[in-house]
Amino acid sequence: MTFIEILFYFFSFILVASSLVVISARNTVHAVMFLVLAFLNAAALFVLLGAEFLAMLLIVVYVGAIAVLFLFVVMMLDVDSSKIKAQFNRHLPIFILVAVVMFAEIFLVIKVSTIKYYDTKILFPTPHDMHNINAIGNVLYTDFLLPFQLSGAILFVAMIGAIVLTLRDETRFIRKQKISDQVFRNKANSLELVKVKSGEGINE
Amino acid sequence: MSNLGNLNVYNFIVLSAILFCVGVSGIFLNRKNIISLLMSIEIMLLAVNINFVAFSSNLNDLVGQVFAIFVLTVAGAEAAIGLAILVIYFQNRRTIEIGDVSSMKG
Repeated sequence: MTFIEILFYFFSFILVASSLVVISARNTVHAVMFLVLAFLNAAALFVLLGAEFLAMLLIVVYVGAIAVLFLFVVMMLDVDSSKIKAQFNRHLPIFILVAVVMFAEIFLVIKVSTIKYYDTKILFPTPHDMHNINAIGNVLYTDFLLPFQLSGAILFVAMIGAIVLTLRDETRFIRKQKISDQVFRNKANSLELVKVKSGEGINE
Repeated sequence: MSNLGNLNVYNFIVLSAILFCVGVSGIFLNRKNIISLLMSIEIMLLAVNINFVAFSSNLNDLVGQVFAIFVLTVAGAEAAIGLAILVIYFQNRRTIEIGDVSSMKG
């Protein structure tokens, strides 16, 4: 067993174990933390596979943005998750059975498939004389320019949608300039002369 | 192509199959809690990404990694929209149980 195999089994074990904790944890904050751990281990597996840029992207996007978003929502909503998860155990064997059957089917398909005999046409071969990020950039900004722009548009639409969904209609805090009020302001409706007695001030 | 020793693409496919099944069973298991549901979807998308990157590394083809970037983008957008819907749902109902979301139908 070589060192890289030990690394693979180590990372995959932690990945699967932490994702199991994610789906079964009672406390949602713990679930989010284990999701972060799962994504970190997936990033390590990507480094093992030679996809360094995608690994770093996974850390930046998931650990940096999405996990923080999840944590923010979990802590802001302050839900009582103990009463939600009270009635699972009745159906638990069925769910485990479904998952096991599904995995067995996928495993059988993988085992009897003939993937390695396919002579696939390689569209964009990985260049070996440059870094991974360099190669991805060369492909992403030229041949995949339109999908790249479209993914940016998807993010933009998602951002607008999230803002529109969550923005409450609170216009009372917004102070706008009312030009007509300023124009119609004169001495009669804005100025008041008061006789102030010396030493007392104004009481009202 | 990185030097993977005796590991080949099958190890990674089996790993991603395990992760995908964990995500699916998580969806079954946490049908009431939308946050856990969204996290299960993230796990399933991660499994798909591992599959893409494994084949990309196996076939020496860069398209798998590029497509994994797109999957990542869509996953981020989906998480943002889902959490926004969750926030307004919680503001309206003071709970995140989705047992009676059917009352949302027009």
